[in-house]
Parts: sequence; C-alpha cells; structure tokens
Amino acid sequence: MRGFQKHYHLMLLPGIALLVAFQLIPLFGVAIAFQDFNIGLGLARSPWIGLENFKYLFQIRDSKTIFYNTVFISGGKIIAGIIVPVTFAVLLNELRAAAFKRWVQTVVYLPHFLSWVILAGVLIDMLSTGGIVNRIIASFGGEKIMFLASNDWFPWILIGSDTWKDFGFAAIVYLAALAGIDPTLYEAAEIDGATRWQKMRYITLPSLATTVILLATLSIGNILNAGFDQIFNLYNPLVYASGDVIDTYVYRVGLVQAQYGFATAVGLLKSVIGFVLIIVSYRLAYRFANYRIF
Amino acid sequence: MVRDRSLSARAWNVCLIAAMALAAFGSLAPIIHTVAVSFSNSAAAAGGFITFWPRGFNFESYRKIIEDPHFGNAFLVSTKRVLLGGAINFVLTVLMAYPLSRSSREFRARHYYMWFVLFTMLFSGGIIPLYLVVKYMGMFNSIWALVLPGAVPVFNVVLLMNFFRNLPKELGEAGLIDGAGPWYMLVRIFLPLSLPAIATVTLFSIVGHWNAFFDGLIFMRSVENYPLQTYIQQLVVQLPPEYMDSTNMDLLDKMSDKTLNAAKIMVSMIPILAVYPFLQRYFIHGIMLGSVKE
Repeated sequence: MRGFQKHYHLMLLPGIALLVAFQLIPLFGVAIAFQDFNIGLGLARSPWIGLENFKYLFQIRDSKTIFYNTVFISGGKIIAGIIVPVTFAVLLNELRAAAFKRWVQTVVYLPHFLSWVILAGVLIDMLSTGGIVNRIIASFGGEKIMFLASNDWFPWILIGSDTWKDFGFAAIVYLAALAGIDPTLYEAAEIDGATRWQKMRYITLPSLATTVILLATLSIGNILNAGFDQIFNLYNPLVYASGDVIDTYVYRVGLVQAQYGFATAVGLLKSVIGFVLIIVSYRLAYRFANYRIF
Repeated sequence: MVRDRSLSARAWNVCLIAAMALAAFGSLAPIIHTVAVSFSNSAAAAGGFITFWPRGFNFESYRKIIEDPHFGNAFLVSTKRVLLGGAINFVLTVLMAYPLSRSSREFRARHYYMWFVLFTMLFSGGIIPLYLVVKYMGMFNSIWALVLPGAVPVFNVVLLMNFFRNLPKELGEAGLIDGAGPWYMLVRIFLPLSLPAIATVTLFSIVGHWNAFFDGLIFMRSVENYPLQTYIQQLVVQLPPEYMDSTNMDLLDKMSDKTLNAAKIMVSMIPILAVYPFLQRYFIHGIMLGSVKE
C-alpha cells in the first residue's frame, strides 16, 4: 500500500498540470481586473488602477440593465424548467402503454443534445418575418411579429426555447423519482376509494417534493448564468435592452472591444457572487434535502 | 392496479395520450421542418409555405455542401477535435477518478487534490484571463486550443469517482492479495466494471466537443481552422451587422439561401443523431451516477 502513493500522484499529475495551466493560472490572471490592462505591456507592466474598473461598473447604466436581464432570464428559465418537466413527468407516468411511453421519452430528449448554434439556426429561420411561425400568424389574419427584434418578445423566446430544449432531459430525474414510489401506496389509496386525481395530489406530487426542492435550491447557484450559448446565437443589437446578460456583455466589451481589464472585473464580480451562491445553495440543499454532492 | 373503465377515465386517457404525443411532436417539429426546408427548391422555400414536407424535392443544397470546401474542412476540424479531445478527456477522467476514489487512508494526499479539483470546478477566472493564457501560450489557430483548456472535465471526474467508490470494497482487497499494483487494478479491474459509467461520460464529452463553437470563435483566427459549429455560427446564424436595423430584416430574409442553411444545419446534426441511440442507452444511467452515496 505504501508503495502505491507515488503511483497515485503520477496518475493525477497530467490532469492536475492541465488544471493548473488552464484554471489556476487564469485565476491569477483576474489580477488584470485591477489594472488598466494593455495586451502589449502584459500583466507585469500594465498600470495598476485599484478599484477603478469596479467603480466604473457601478457608474454606468448598462450594469443595471444586464444584471436585471440576467436575473430575469435565468429566473424565468429556472421556474419554467421546474414546472414543465414536473408536469410532463407526472403526466407521462400516468400513461399505461409502456412502448408509447418509452417512445415519447426517447423523442423529447433529443433537443437537449443539439447545440444552440444548430437550434438558433432553426429558430431564426422559423421566427423570421418570412418564417413558418409568421406565415401561420398571417394565415389567421394576424400581424407579423419580429420575435427576435422585439424587446417585448425576446426574453420570453429565450425562456420558452430553453424550456423546450431541456424539459425532456430534466424530466429524467423526476421520472426516476416517480418510479421509486412504493406501489402499495397507490393500492392502499385505491382500497380507500381514492380517485385518480386524489392519488396524484396526495401521493405522486408529495413524492416529488424533495426532488423539486433539491433541484430548485441547487439552481440558485446558477442564477447568474443566463445561458451564454443560447443568447449569443439568438440576440442582435436590437434586443440588447432586454437580452444582453453578464456573459454576453463581458464577451463584447472584453474580446470585441478589447477592454480586458474592465471585462475581467465584471467577470470576476460574477464569479465571486456565483461562488457564494453555489456554497449557499449546497448548504441549503444539505439542510432541506439531506443532499451532499461531495 | 384496478383498471377504471368508466367514460371519464377513458376520456382522460385519450387526452393524456394526445398531450404526450403533442409533446413528442413539439420536440421534433422544428427539426422536421428544417429537414423539409433542406430538401426543398430554394425558390419555393423563399416564396412558399413549407411545413413538414419539402416543396420541389431535390438534393441541390446537399450537393452544394459537398462542393463547398470550407464546409468539408470545418467538418474535418470538428472530427479531429472530437477524436483528440474525446481521447484526452477519457484518459484524464479515468486517471484522475481512480486515485481520488481511494479512501484517504489508502491515498494520504487525496484530501488536498480533492479540494483543488473542487475549487477549480466552483471558481473560474472567467473568459478573458483564459483567452489571454491561450494567447500567450501561442496556441491560437491550433487544435490544442480547442482540446487542452477543457482537457479535464471535472464534473465527469467527480461522477466516475463516485462510481468507483460505490464498487464493492472486496474487489480492491482481492486484487491486493493477488499482488495487483494500482495500474493493473485500474485497467484490469475497475475499468471493465465501469464500462457503462465510462461510456456515459465519454459520450457526454464527445457531444460537448462536437457542439462547442465559442472556443473556435475566439481562438481560431481564420476560417480554415474553424470547427463546424463555429463555421455554422459565423455563416448561418450570425446576421451581418449592416442588416441589423429592422427595415432590412425582410430583405435579409429574402436574400439568404434558406434551403442551403437548413441543409448545413442538418449535416452538422448527423453525428449527434448517429450517437443518439447510445446516448439513449447510457445517459439515464449516467445521470443517476454518483447520486447514491454511502
């Protein structure tokens, strides 16, 4: 056993080295959040400006908008991302035909595995003024809607399409919880004359409560991740007012406009808040659902 | 369970089946629509109303794709990236999961490594510092920029680690008595027993590599190095900024070659559809991995 130690270290070495290079070193790199970073001068020679970047962040009007958008969009996704899969799982669980059940499940997972690039391509085509959705609206005599150019519609398109993409996959956990319900509970309820509705209300839904609470708490840690891939592929300057979130803002300001220091400051603030939220959510999950990740 | 054969129960069943069929159809509809557009005549697609069946069926768009050298090249870059990145992810996941799955009595430094790994999982420096690290390492335009930053899929490591931990302790003990060293133990005992778990994490990493577009966008400086998703993102999804005011949206809509874009989207989906049956088989199992702990 004693001789095994060095082999264990050896096994971990390549992975740890790569984590150091691409996770830990960039972490020290957040120092540029306190600099007026110039890519030619590098970290060592760029001037230090203390908290200027953060002060600037709190002064500009954009900050409030992107923070609000982030929380609104991701909050909407979290809520819809619980209600829809739970409803779907409960209804699917009510089905008796096993083959049909399996077929439905197989089909609804599919969008989860497709990239947002692909799905955005599909959505942009469908939602464009000449796309199928607007043609259907027009054939009912309605006005064409520019879904992806309207600030009233855009956040809801994001929440809706995200829910559409992931509800099937999210339902797996709930279906597993439903499969774990003791069938004798239902039998006892039937003997007592419970209706289908009563069985659902008093057995099925309470059995899901722990899982729902657990996933809801864990999602708190993700509230600042509104879904970069999705938004980046669907948005355009017309909907920045309603769809620009922290991650997309950091990308544009940092990598497109090359304000590295300022963008890093925004990213750093997000990381710190996100870190705290994750710790809090794990604590809560442990407390309320007796769940431990590590 | 006793079957309720009353009229209301049957009506409820019919509604249920209809609702589930609708959910399944809703998940597939956008994709079927895109297939239909991709096989349509491009004039028909621009002027007509394509729902779920092509108009003026032809293979023109697919022929154009085969003749497009950039598309073929991007497909190749993506394939290379999946093979190389998937292999690296696989090796590193296994090599890290095994020592970390040993108890701290067997592997005394486990605790420190574990904290480091979890820290990198929970806290990141954000995109700008990573961008700069990759830049300073001179990896722009190289395939390594696409596979090395994500070389250690920490989440997969934790999943597999938990899976290893839940294997019977007696296995390791029996191996020890027979004089097996740590490498032998990992390769000949733990790996074969964990095939479903390993298949799951490997499939996740393959899908992740195939679907990634953002690293290609920021680290690759010329089209010939773009992986397929980045290529699609740049040429299909992203609208040129000069068309960005709303009056031009209609014009843009008429100009773009809808059928060609749809065909590109379909071709880029093929590898995911090809591994989908395997994903199906393993991922339900996979998502439950590591959910049970002692």
